[in-house]
Order: sequence, then C-alpha cells, then structure tokens
Amino acid sequence: MNLARQEILQRIRKGLGAVPTNRAEHYEEIGRRYTQTGGLDFESKLALFEDRLRDYDAVVHRCSRITLRETIADALKQRGKRQMLIPEGFNADCLPSDSVEFVRDAGKSYEELDRSEGVLTNCDVAVALSGTIILRHSFAQGRRALTLIPDYHLCIVEASQIVETVAEGIRALDNPTEPITTISGPSATADIEMTRIKGVHGPRTLDVILVVD
Amino acid sequence: MLISLFITCYNDTLFPNTGKAVVTLLERLGHQVEFRSAQTCCGQMHYNTGYQREALPIMLQFLKVFRGAEVICIPSASCVAMIRDHYPKMAAETCDPEIIAEVTGLLPRIFEFSELLIDKLGVTDVGAFFPHQVTLHTSCHSLRSLQVGEKPAILLKAVRGLNLVELGDSDQCCGFGGTFAVKNADVSSAMLSDKTRCILDTGAEICTAGDNSCLMHIGGGLSRQNTGVRCLHLAEILASTERGGGL
Amino acid sequence: MTVRVGEAAHAQDFPAAAKELLTNTQLRHNVRHATSVIRGKRARVVGEMADWEDLREAGHQIKDHTLRHLDVYLEQFEEACIRAGGKVHWARDADEANRIVIGIIQSHGQTEVIKVKTMTSDEVGMNPALEAAGITPYETDLADLIVQLGEDKPSHIVVPALHRNRMEIRQIFLDKMGLCELGDKPQDLTNAARHYLREKFLRVKVGISGANFAVAETGAVCVVESEGNGRMCLSLPEVLISLIGIEKVIPRFSDLEVFLQLLPRSATGERMNPYNSIWTGISAGDGPREFHVVLLDNGRTNVLADEESRETLDCIRCGACLNACPVYQQTGGHAYGSIYSGPIGAIVTPQLQSMQHSQTLPYASSLCGACYEVCPVKINIPEILIHLRGKVVQNGDAPLAEWLSMKAAAFALSSAGRLAAMQKLARFAQWPFEKDGNLHHLPGLLGGWTETRDLPSIPDESFRDWWAKREKARQT
Repeated sequence: MNLARQEILQRIRKGLGAVPTNRAEHYEEIGRRYTQTGGLDFESKLALFEDRLRDYDAVVHRCSRITLRETIADALKQRGKRQMLIPEGFNADCLPSDSVEFVRDAGKSYEELDRSEGVLTNCDVAVALSGTIILRHSFAQGRRALTLIPDYHLCIVEASQIVETVAEGIRALDNPTEPITTISGPSATADIEMTRIKGVHGPRTLDVILVVD
Repeated sequence: MLISLFITCYNDTLFPNTGKAVVTLLERLGHQVEFRSAQTCCGQMHYNTGYQREALPIMLQFLKVFRGAEVICIPSASCVAMIRDHYPKMAAETCDPEIIAEVTGLLPRIFEFSELLIDKLGVTDVGAFFPHQVTLHTSCHSLRSLQVGEKPAILLKAVRGLNLVELGDSDQCCGFGGTFAVKNADVSSAMLSDKTRCILDTGAEICTAGDNSCLMHIGGGLSRQNTGVRCLHLAEILASTERGGGL
Repeated sequence: MTVRVGEAAHAQDFPAAAKELLTNTQLRHNVRHATSVIRGKRARVVGEMADWEDLREAGHQIKDHTLRHLDVYLEQFEEACIRAGGKVHWARDADEANRIVIGIIQSHGQTEVIKVKTMTSDEVGMNPALEAAGITPYETDLADLIVQLGEDKPSHIVVPALHRNRMEIRQIFLDKMGLCELGDKPQDLTNAARHYLREKFLRVKVGISGANFAVAETGAVCVVESEGNGRMCLSLPEVLISLIGIEKVIPRFSDLEVFLQLLPRSATGERMNPYNSIWTGISAGDGPREFHVVLLDNGRTNVLADEESRETLDCIRCGACLNACPVYQQTGGHAYGSIYSGPIGAIVTPQLQSMQHSQTLPYASSLCGACYEVCPVKINIPEILIHLRGKVVQNGDAPLAEWLSMKAAAFALSSAGRLAAMQKLARFAQWPFEKDGNLHHLPGLLGGWTETRDLPSIPDESFRDWWAKREKARQT
C-alpha cells in the first residue's frame, strides 16, 4: 500500500517535471470574474426562491415567526399527517402541541424511519437562484438517514437563511466538518426516454415553510 | 489595393472556377490581384491527420511565398483556421525566433474571403445578381474558429434577385472533416444525410458556403441522390452579374 | 502497472463498430432524441448565466492549477481525510484497486454491496472482479440498474441507458425483477425500481461509490446525483468505499462554488441537480462507521506526463461533449468501445492506455469543435485529438497505405512545380474511373468516398494554369 503511494507520487512528480514552488500564490492568481454575490433585494430574492421551489412542485407556506406554529399544523393537516419525526436536537418551541405527535429521532432503525409518515427539520442555508435547501447534518438538523428514508420532508427555512447565488451558499457553509446535503427539489431521473420522472428514492414530497419576519 | 490570392491546393486542383470568381470580383471592385505561383498548400490535411512533421515544410513554404504580401485573400475558412489556430504552435515548436516572428507577422495579413470583403474592403454590396433560391451552410471552421458570424449572410442578402433561405440545424457539422470523410466514411455519410435533409427542407436550389471542402462533400451527396440541388462557392455567387457567372 | 479501461483494449476499431451500429435504427432514434433534449435544456440554463464564460475559465484554471501541483494536493487530501477518521488507500492500476476493495469487503465478511454510479468502477472492471470473489454488486442508479439487469453496456456518461426505450426497459424489469405485471409508463418503471432497490438500501452493509470532487484542504468528498440512490449508498451502510481517480481533487471547499454551477447545467441542463452529498471522513452517529478512499492512478499519470494533453484530466464528467457531438449522435456510445465515449472518450481512453489500444478513437471526429464549445472546463478536445493523431503516426501505427499517400502528398505539396506535375498526373490517372464528369468506384482509401457520394472529375485546367494563360495573354 505504501509502495503504491510512493510509486504514484513519484510518477506524478516525474510527469510534471520542474514545478514552480509558489503554489499558494499560484492559487490566488486563479481568475474568478464570475458572479460571487447576488444583486437582488430581499423581497425579490424571496420571490425567486419561492418561484424555484414551485417549479419543483413543492408546496410553499409563507408565515411569520408568530404564525409559524399554526402554519406547521396547517401544512401537516393538508398532507394528512398525524405523526412526524424530528431531529434529536430540534428546538420544539415552535411546534403545535395538538393535532400532530412529534417524535425525536433517537437511535431509530431504518425500518422505523421507513414506516414513519414524514420528517420535519430546519435547514442551514438556502440558495434562491437554484431553489436549493442545504442541510448541515448535526444534532439540530438530524442525521442523513432521517431526511432520506421517510417519504415526506417538511423543511422550515428562515428568510434570513436565504442567499441568492450558489457561490454565496457554499461560502456560508464555511468549510463544514459535518455531512452536508443539498436538496433542489425531490429526486428525479430522466433515464427513461428523457422524460423527467420525480420521486425515485429519497422523499417524494418536499414542502417548505418560509418564515419571514 | 493589391490583394494576394492564396487559392488553396484543393481549389486550385478541383475548383478553379472559385478562384476565377474571386479574381473577377476583386477586379470588378477596382482592386489588383496577384497570384504568387510558387504557392502550394497550408498543410492542413497533414497537420490534422497526425502528420505534423510533414506539415512543417509546407508551412515554411507558405511563409516564404507570402513574404511581403500585405493582404492575402483565402477563399477557404478551414485553411484560414489552420493558419490562425496552428501556425503559431508549429512555429513555437521550431524554437526558431525568426519563424515565430514571421508567423506573428503573417496573421494580421490573412483574410478569409467574406472577412476580406466586409472587414478589409468595407463592402457589403458587391453589385452581384443571382436570381436563385439559396441556402447558406456555415462551415464549422467559419462558425467556431473564425467566428465570421453574419458576414456571408450579409453579403448574400445584398445580391439582387437572390432569395436567401435559412438552413435548419446550421451549427451541425456536415461530416466532411478532411480525411475523416474517407477514414470514417460511414459516419461521414450518416452526418451528410442529416445535412442533406436540412438543405432539402429549405426548398433552395443552391447550397453555398465559404468552403469548397464542405461543398464537395455536400454536393457529392446531393448529386448522388439526384436531388436537383447543387452547391456553389460564395465567391461564385458574388461574382455573378446580369451578364452571367463569375467569369 | 497494467492499465485497464474496461474492455477498451479488446474493442473493435471505431469505423467497424460504427458501421454496425449505424444500422440500428432504434438506437439512432433514441440517441438523437436524448441528445437533442439535453442539448436544448443545457442551452436554456446556460443562456441564463451572464457569467458562464467566467465560470468556465475559472473551472479550467482551477483544474489546471490542481494538476500542476497534484502530488501536493493528493497528500493534503490524504492527511485531511485521515484526520477526519477516513482511511486512504492508493491503487496503481485496475487490479490493485479491485484487490483493495475486495479485501475491505471480505474483512467484514460481507458478500453483497450496493453501488452508486461510478464510471471509475466500470473502468477498473470492478463488478466482474467482485463477482469472481463471490461478492454480489447491486447497481442502484436507475440507468446502471437497467444496464446491469439487461446484461448490457453503458452508452453515455450521464444517461447510460439512453439507447433503451421504455418497452425494452419494461421487459428487462419484468424478466429480472420477478414481477408478474408492470405498466409501461416511465412512472411505473421508476416505481418498480424504487421498490426493488429499497430493501437493499436498508439492508446491505457495504456501499461503494465514486466521487465527483475530493477537497484537498478539508478532506471532504462530494457526490453529485439526481435520484437519491447516492444518498442511500453513502449514508446508510456501515462501511463506505469510495474509488476516486486522482484527478478528482480540487484545492479548497470553496472551489465547489464553481463546479457545482458548471456541472449540473452542463450534464442535465438543470440549475442544480436534486441532491449533492458532501461528507468528511466519519461522523459519529450518522452514516458509515468506516470510510475508505481508494485513490486510483490506472494510467492517469501517463496523461499527466504529456503536457500538451494534460488538460484531458480537467474533465468533470458532465457528458456535454457527447450531447454536442455530431459523430456520437449518429453512433451512440458503444461504437467507442469504452466506458468513456464521445469526444472525451476519444481522447482519454487511448491516453490512459499509453496509445497501445483504441488508436482509431482520435480519428473518430470531424474536428467540428462543438465539444470544445460546450465543455464547462474548456478542454480543447479538437487540439488534443490532433495531438493524439500525431502520436499514432509517430508510433508507426498509421495504416501503410495512408502513410504512403501522405508522404507522397507532402512531397508534391512542398513545391509548386511538383504540385503542378501531380495535378497533371492525377488528371491522367483518373481516366479509368471517369464517366459523365464524375469519378466512380475509386480504389483504396478513396473508395469510401465514392460509395456514397459523387466526386466531380478533376478539371482539365487548374486555377494556376488559367492564371498563367491569362497573364501570358495580357503580356502580349
């Protein structure tokens, strides 16, 4: 194994020949004239985000912090949900206390996740341009299996978490150590005669609650 | 203006009428044409087929022949692309500063035919008459390497009596590709088949382009299928007047 | 090191393979439809981006820079990955990679693995190697599943089963999934795949993946996908093995901002693909307990060593060049005899194998340049094709008849006198083939022309003849 490593690195060095030593400087010289920050105002950015989500057939519920609780209840009622999973570290302050039961994901088996009606989480950051929701898998936002196996995902996105461009979104993550999942609509394939079919694996239904203060 | 003509090896041999048309047209526009008879070829066929070593003496011959020519007209986009895209690289590989300098000095002096008319001579209406329905094939080199854009179309639209019909899927290669046409003859003719279909869809009587290489291939297919459509180089249309063709 | 690129070493010559495939009307119809759909989608979403050319340039420069310092970045990645709890192995060639992977699986006493799409595993022939070792691999990408169940080969980088229509897929599923009945709408087929694979996702303990990007600075690995099977294979099993070509490294996490814009728009014509998974080593209580990276050479160092074609390794496997290629559009991917088909396949396959095989691939192009136009990282594919053709000739592997003709032509074209003499000779020699102003049934290489196209006979008077006469007349 070490021999392979040595050989490969040797072959690389031999193939490259003499290499300039100022690698870091070289890196900084890379031309980056692409758009890094968006120029939309707050409302336009929100509207764009919502628009992109609707493109994916996601149902978007707009609310304020005050009406968040009843919006969650409403959203789940519309989907006929009686029991929802939540991440272990989810802040339960905003949860409605009747109509729906919320169960924390503490060491559930994959089969249990599979049998659940759905999962409710927050997110880390969202990108308006592509309608992308980014999850940072952690105590607060839950392990990866939690937002993968259940068939329904309801995600709460704070308007303040929304950035305009993909570049801003990646930067907001700031070299994460936790696993990251970016979600842009429900899963899809175009492998059958180029017809785009939604819902292969992963949650087939994704709804969003957009909290605007 | 004194304009030096690089006829190109295949035009010289197979399509002399294109050369004659270029001469006729440029003289009609009041310019003087010279033909340096020591010229041969740009080296494209060899270079593109992998015989780069053999292409070098051909390039050197080109440089020698056209030393001192201020304006060089080339009625073949692929040859111009060869010179612009590959001569600098070939020169650099010789590590000879004189050759490198000569190629650098050559590039601003060469003009593809439609470039010459519009960019250098500032002419869009060449006083031509050609009462036919025509469609324009944009060769890959003219489209992507030279980026001539609308130039050929602008020239054609100014021709009296000419009805220019747009060609569908015009950015698709016709399938000539130099030696590709024989080394991969089956795929080449499959591609030609698509191009032929697009041409026939236009209802045009004539397909034109700035490259006889493409036209030889397209025309070969159109005539084999007895379509009643023929090919003609842009220069021959532009040289045409009420008194007849470009001669 | 014995480089293997799937079955490419034993593949038919491109012209022969193409000839056969051109007769498959179903294939041609599917390929034409599929490539034109993605072409259209790509054009739309790329058209939205005012800074597209800037992104391409940045992508190109980042990749070029990384390759220029590849050894340092690989060591950096290894260190960061190990720090985060991952294990890093190095594989010089296909066999070594398979040995390492099989070793890991067997050390856990497992006999099944779920796989998320990775062309690299096709490159090393991993599935046959696993099966020979008594391990069953389950492909979980819908298209790869279709190909696997259909005992077929992939024909495109991004949509590997595009040569199959839904009725063929339905039949494959009915036969191989043990179903009694199955609808024929795409939704029905997708539901069948979902059901078939779900129990495997929840049960199988070892996952195998590739990677789109490996971040040197942090040790993060990124997989770009649409269906969700990637997320399944990457986060549910206990053990994850990722086979990563050494050229997949990028310097920093933030560099993903460039590639996650270039890749989805180029590959599937979307602003963003449904899912991206980015993980670093091991995370307690979330996902695999063991994470192995197998860094793969398998000929990449050959490509790296050729400065003129090094940028072949910039490729981010988007498939846009395939969709743009007028040759690919006629033949589909199988004609290239390699997991890597289309324009990128034509340059990467022979280079990985040091030009010992797949030598007809650099000629499988009319040099139209459509690929270069759409490549998100600006690989000058036509330039590299010409360079590789040069290598074929230099290595003495050009067909003899061609070599002789080209030598003769070079001789003729090096002086006007000789050219004029050749023209006279040709005019004379064409006589047996000439009829009604056209040439027919030309021999040898040129026969390929006259089979399907007319060729006008050589005019009696060349341009230079005409000019010389005119000049003479003017002087008198």
